[in-house]
Order: sequence, then C-alpha cells, then structure tokens
Amino acid sequence: MSLRTGAPPNYARRRIIDRIMRALTVVATATAVVPLVLILGYVLVVGGSGLSVSFFTETYQAPLMGDFTDPTLVDPAVGAPEGGANPDDPYADLDLGALTGATPAEPTDGHGSIDLSQVSSGGGVLHGIVGTLLVTLVGLLLALPVGLLAGVFLAEYDNNWLATATRFCTDVLSGAPSIVIGVVAYILIVQQTRTFSGLAGSIAIALLMVPTITRTTEEILRLVPQTVREAAMGLGAPTWYTTFTVVIPTALTGIVTGVLLAFARGAGETAPLILTVLGNNTLSVNMLAPIAALPLLAYRYTESPFPTEIQLAWSTSFVLVVLVLFINIALRLATRSRLRGR
Amino acid sequence: MSTAVAPVAAHSLTLRQLRPFYGKRLAVHAVDLNLPANQITAIIGPSGCGKSTVLRCLNRMHEAIEGARVEGTVLLDDEDLYQPDLDPTLVRRKVGMVFQQPVVLRTRTIYENVAVGLRLAGVTARSELDATVEGALRAAALWDEVKEKLQMPATALSGGQQQRLSIARTIAVKPAVILFDEPCSALDPIATLKIEELLLELRQTFTIVIVTHNMQQAARISDQTAVFMVDQSGAPTGVLVEFDRTAQIFSQPGDSRTEDYISGRVG
Amino acid sequence: MATTSERPVALGNAWTRWFRHGDGLFAAIVALFSVLVVGLVFAVGVVTYLGSAEARAQFGAGFFTGIDWNPIETSIQAVTFGAWPAVRGTLLTSLIAVTLAAPVGIGIGIYLSELCPRSIRQPLSFMVELLAAIPSVIYGLWGVLVLLPFFTDVLANPIADSLGTIIPALAQPVGTGRGIIATGMILALMILPTISAITRDVLAVVPNTQREVMLALGATRWEVIWGAVLPYSRAGIVGGIMLGLGRALGETMAAVMIVGNTARISDSWFQPATTAASQIASELTNATSPLHESALIYLALTLFAITLTLNLAARILVAQLSRGAASSRF
Repeated sequence: MSLRTGAPPNYARRRIIDRIMRALTVVATATAVVPLVLILGYVLVVGGSGLSVSFFTETYQAPLMGDFTDPTLVDPAVGAPEGGANPDDPYADLDLGALTGATPAEPTDGHGSIDLSQVSSGGGVLHGIVGTLLVTLVGLLLALPVGLLAGVFLAEYDNNWLATATRFCTDVLSGAPSIVIGVVAYILIVQQTRTFSGLAGSIAIALLMVPTITRTTEEILRLVPQTVREAAMGLGAPTWYTTFTVVIPTALTGIVTGVLLAFARGAGETAPLILTVLGNNTLSVNMLAPIAALPLLAYRYTESPFPTEIQLAWSTSFVLVVLVLFINIALRLATRSRLRGR
Repeated sequence: MSTAVAPVAAHSLTLRQLRPFYGKRLAVHAVDLNLPANQITAIIGPSGCGKSTVLRCLNRMHEAIEGARVEGTVLLDDEDLYQPDLDPTLVRRKVGMVFQQPVVLRTRTIYENVAVGLRLAGVTARSELDATVEGALRAAALWDEVKEKLQMPATALSGGQQQRLSIARTIAVKPAVILFDEPCSALDPIATLKIEELLLELRQTFTIVIVTHNMQQAARISDQTAVFMVDQSGAPTGVLVEFDRTAQIFSQPGDSRTEDYISGRVG
Repeated sequence: MATTSERPVALGNAWTRWFRHGDGLFAAIVALFSVLVVGLVFAVGVVTYLGSAEARAQFGAGFFTGIDWNPIETSIQAVTFGAWPAVRGTLLTSLIAVTLAAPVGIGIGIYLSELCPRSIRQPLSFMVELLAAIPSVIYGLWGVLVLLPFFTDVLANPIADSLGTIIPALAQPVGTGRGIIATGMILALMILPTISAITRDVLAVVPNTQREVMLALGATRWEVIWGAVLPYSRAGIVGGIMLGLGRALGETMAAVMIVGNTARISDSWFQPATTAASQIASELTNATSPLHESALIYLALTLFAITLTLNLAARILVAQLSRGAASSRF
C-alpha cells in the first residue's frame, strides 16, 4: 500500500478546501490592509500636496470669488487678501458656508454662473492646531493624576472589591461611545455655564483618556519585578515610598508610552468636541470660550461645497494622521528596541 | 483485539542520513537506523540530544515548527516519506503519534475524540464509526472504563485515561507505525504500567517507536534501543552513538558513553 | 507589604511617623482615585438619566417605537419625538458592519495567528492595529470624498438596478449613496481591528498540543484550525464580535458624515437615514426645545446602557476563555 494510493477517498476535496480557506484568510488580511493603504495614501498624498507655510501660520479665511481680472482682490497663489475674513463675525464658526468679506461667492452647485472651482479660500489651520493642542493637553493634565493613581491602586492593591469594580468601570468607560461622554460634558459644563468652551472639551477628552491611562499604568507596573519592590522594602521603605521612588521610575518609559497613546487618541476625538468646544474660526486660546480643533475643521471642511476648503480638510487630516502615525510608530520602535536590548 | 483494528501488513522504517535542522542549525548529526516491523524501538539519551526531534522527523511533524527542515531519507517499507511533492498529511496518516502530555480535544466528547481521524477521512456511516471507536477503545484498554460515558466531555477523564484515549485516537485511523514521545512522563506509576502493557500488546499490530527518558522503561518494553548523546564539540548537536538489541545495550554496551549514561554517570 | 510597617526604620522620629502613616495615607489616596474612576461611570449613567427625565416622562418606552421625530411644529405635524428611525438606523448599520467585518476579522486573526510567516506577523499586526488608531473623522472624510462616489457608481447603482428590483431594501433611489449601507461599510472597516486583534489574541492562547494532535492525524492546516483551534476559542471570538458591535453601535463621526442624518424610514437601505449617535451629534447643539434636548439625551442613555451590557457580556466571555485556557494545561 503506497502512501499516495492509500490516501483517504476525500483527500483531493480536502486539499482544495484547505487551499481555498487559507487563500481566503490572505484575502481577508488584504481587505484590511488595502483600505488602510488607500486611506493613508489619500490623506498623505492629497493632504500633503496642499501643505504650505500659510497652512500652518494662518487661520480661517472665507472663500472668495476668484476674479482673475483683478489681481489685487484674489491672487490664487497668495490666497485671499488680508481682511477677507471677518474675525469678529460671530456666526462664522457656526456656518462655514456663510460667506463674509468683500466679495461673497454663492455656492450654486453649478446651476448659477459661478464656478466653484474658481472660489479661493487661502488661510490655514493654525487656530485648529493651537486649539487641539490646548484642549488635548488640558484634558491630559486632568486625566493624568486620576488614571495614574487609579492604575497604581490596581497594580499595588490587587484582589479587593474596589479593584474589581475599578477594572470593570475602566472597561465600561473605554467601551462607552465617545458621543455619550460628549453629552455628559455638554450637560455638566455647557448647559451650566451657558457657553461652549475648550474646557468642556478637555473634560470630555479627559474622561475618554482615563481608562487608557489607568489600564496601561496597571499593566506596566505589574511588569516591574516583585524583587525590585522587595529589595526596596527590605531596606525599610514603606509601600508609598517604594512606589514613587522605585516602581514608577522603573516603569516610567512604559507609562509615558501609554500616556502618549492616550494623547494621540484624544487629539483625534471628534464627536465629543462637536457638543463641547463647538469650533472657532479665529485663533483663540481662551479655554472658557468656543475654540477651534483640527478634527472639527476636518469634519466641517469635508462638507464644504468649495474645492479649496475640501483641500483644507485633506490637509488637516494629513496633520492629524501624521501626528497619530508618528506617535504610534515611534512608540513601536522604542518598545521594540527596548525588548531587543533585554 | 477487535477485528475493527485488524492487523495490517508489517511495516518497517529506515532512516538514511537523516539530518534535522532548526533554521541553519543542525540539530542531530546524520542518523542511519533500521526499525524492524512489529517491534518496539526505544530512543533514549540525555535531554537536548535530539531524540524527540528525530522522532518528529518520522511523520514529518518536525517541519510543522516554523524554520525547521529535514535533509535525508526516511523509508516506510520502500517509500520515501520525504519524496518531492508528497503531502505530509498523507505521511501522518500512516505514521501516527502520541504526545508527551495527554491531549484531548477539549471541545469534543470522548466518542468524538476517537472518531476525529475517521471524520477527517470522510467517514460518516454511524455503524462504521461506532465499530471503529469501540475497537480502538478496546485496543487501548479503555473501553470498559468509558463505554457508559462516551458522550461526556473528554476532559472529564484522568491523565492516564486521557493518554489511553490519545492512543485510541491514533490507532482508530489504522496507521502502520505509531510514534510515542515520552508518553508516560506526565503519568503516575500505575498509569505508566498500564501504558507499558498496552504498548507490548500493540506491538503485534503496529511498528512502534518510543522516546523515553526512563531507562527502566526502555529496558522493560523495547526490542532494540537507539542511544543518542549531545556532541559538545562546536554548537551542541545530537548524535546517534549506538543502536542494538535492548538486552545487548543494557548488558554490554559497545560505546563507553552509553555505559556512562546507563550507569547514571552522565545525563 | 504588611511587613514594612513592622520593621523599625532607622530615621528621625518625624520621618518614622511619616513613613509609618505614609502607607495608610497612600493607600487611601490611590483608593480614592479608584473610587473616582468608579464614580465617573456612575456619573455618566446618572447625568444622562436625569437629563433625559422629561423625555422619559413624556414618552416612556414608547419612545423607541415612535416613528415620528418632529422637533418643529408645522401646520400638519405637532412636536413629537420617536426614536424608531434612529434605533432602526443604528441597528441596521451595526448589523451590516458586523456581518461584513466578522468573517473578515476572524480571517485576519486566523492568518495572523496561524498561517502567516513569522517575519511579516509583526508588521501586519501593526498595520491592522493602525486602522484602529486613525481618528474616526478621517474615515468619515475618506468615506465621503473617496468611497461614496466609488460606492455609488460601482456597487450601489448596479445592485439597485438588478437585485433592487426584487429586494425592496436594495431598491433605487441610490441618490448620493449616503445611507445605511454605505455607513455600514465604513463601520465595518472601523471595527475590523477590534475583531481581528481579539481573534488573534484568543487563538494565540490555544495550546499548541491541540494543533499537533490534529496534525498528527493527517489533518490539513485548515482542518487543524476548523477542527481544533476555532472550537477551542469560540467564546473569545464571540466576545470580540460583541466588542466590535459595541463600537459600531456608538460610532459617531463616520455615521454623522455618511448616513445622511434624516430621521425618516425609507424602504431602501441606500436612502439617507439616521443613527442614535449621529442624531445626537447633529442636533443637540441646536436643539429647539428642552424636550428635544431631553429626547436626544434619552438616546445617549440608551446607547450607554446597550454598550455597557455588550461590554459586560463580552468581557465575561473572554475572561471565561482565558480561565479555561489556564486550567487546561493538564
């Protein structure tokens, strides 16, 4: 009886099924990788092509009708003239399609006489960059002590009902839709203070960051070998002293990693910001008033009828994606080289 | 012994210049061995000598480890297991394997744990399945203990029972050769004894190769013994130092290293 | 830990006291922050519960079956808030997302854990995880500007013209493509990393012996996966799908940008609709009345309750599996 002739009768069919199913898992993986490459590709190429110095140094400028017979009014190369946007326009942040300035262009979907592609809106997203940094950093400052100390509690005082409840609650909090967190910040801050504000956004972002920071801190602290703790305690140091002078410094790189990831995620959060910071077309650092944010700009510009603003949406996304990619890849490389060094 | 596991024609294994690798690293120096049909061959040696690696080459399980590969020839009767384009699944069907840890498929019943190989082969007829499962369980000396609870989860069995269930699962597909990789190392002495009795019984039907770290076990049940050692010149590599009738090995070893090992001076 | 306070500390008296009492204080402080975390979750529940009081009093459970959502009084319609369009839209988009993402996500998990060469496992895993790191607004942007035109031309219109003549849910008009199906597709992409990462992780804890047993019986690689690996990790995979579902139910940006934000029930799933999350995002800041606001908060409360339940169930499933794996060594 030879090996081949002794094969089970269903052998050929099984071999084909094996091949097909294994090929399907490759197809599945490609199904995830291809859109990823497409999304990143579009954002990096289309968004990157719209980058300029003014994109980073200027704020919102209202779209203007491109009248090329009058170069003093609009020169596509330099964007709209100064004063084209009215920074004091209280409604500008609410309706980006509403036009302000000297030469309003009406979006007419091609039915009228105005060619939308001729409408220029220079300007940049400096206000968004400043706003996002402010709102996210303040959020991080609010979330850091809570997440860090709760994480210390979970790592150092295990096995009690409070630890179980805390772990469950971090899971619930990280699983809760961000819009729900936004609603809570809206009710607690916006409704009470009767104004949208950067602070309300920071609080919403902080709520979203707390579970990430808590769980990373716990996990990293658990990786610190028990012998390190015992060595310090053997010298007579109490738990709190050991934790702050030995355990946390040992785990510092890991904790910083978790915090940076939380920051990257927080900076990209959009939904809660719609309900809290609202948006602002001018450069503002007032955390008690509406403030701009990059994700909000990307969202609002996407819905714009003007190609130039859609370009701004791509470029804004470019900045967001580069921020997220940079933090993720840098952390990946950092942690890998650390592992290899061991 | 039930007719369901009727004796098949006697099959021998021949290893010619077999060289297993892990990546670029040679695991064992070239091995030449003749394993006669319907006999028990024991492979002994200190840990790290590559005895399990050699065993896993005999049903092409070695290459299931990523980066692992094999050079050389293993003949089942006169057919090369490593001939080009031969699907390893066909080899494994003919050369079964029982592992160190008793392994049951955790999500399956006792019955399905034995029937799994048949189901793979496309057997669906209830009568055929029933007959083979019963025959295999009888041959593995487990039938009387489990016949009332065939539909229970296999995890409910003791370690020794699980190992005999593993044996039943292997013989249910009627292989020519069965490889045992330290089958008793996780078992207590009484369960070990049962397995050893079973092996002597199974020898009438199958060609058996057993890796063991237990020299008394090799002496008790095997017909011939292959002794492997670690060659420490250069990177540690396994090497076959002696192969002979078991009685000969344990009374008058031809190699001083074997003598040192058996007498407990090394390893 | 308890031994430290019993040990004499060779320091000044004040320091000694500091050290001694420090531990109790320290424990109290970190415990307090843990309580704070628990309190935050309660706060989310309580605030949305209280905030929705008016809508709950007015509509009760009938809120979820009401089909009219009229924030503004007109000559033909009084102000009323029924959540059925949002509930239906949320369920349909999420179900489409899970239906598309579950098989693909499980396939990715299988490939990463069982089949792919070790050298590309890390980079591939990282790429799939990057999908989760991209801010959702960018999915929305890409969905609106790239996917929608492609989807309308290549998928939606041909399907509506062929299958749509038989199945009302797939019928014309497709319009701009904004609607339940397009949203479901984007959501599927967004929950892929969740499902695939969890599948990969639960497959990784399947003991290798389970695979080897099947291999040694002459099983093909797929038969090993189908016959031993997947059954072993079924609970964990189901848990991963539930977490993915939870994410799809609450995802806001992709929905608000693509679903069309229309609180109306159309036969065709190609038509604009709404989801709970997108309705909140698009209406809360310009709610026309306290009742309108309250109704939107009622939606938020519902979302919170559903995702909480799903998370709880999923964690229990995944935890059960890892316990089972730990005890399965012998």
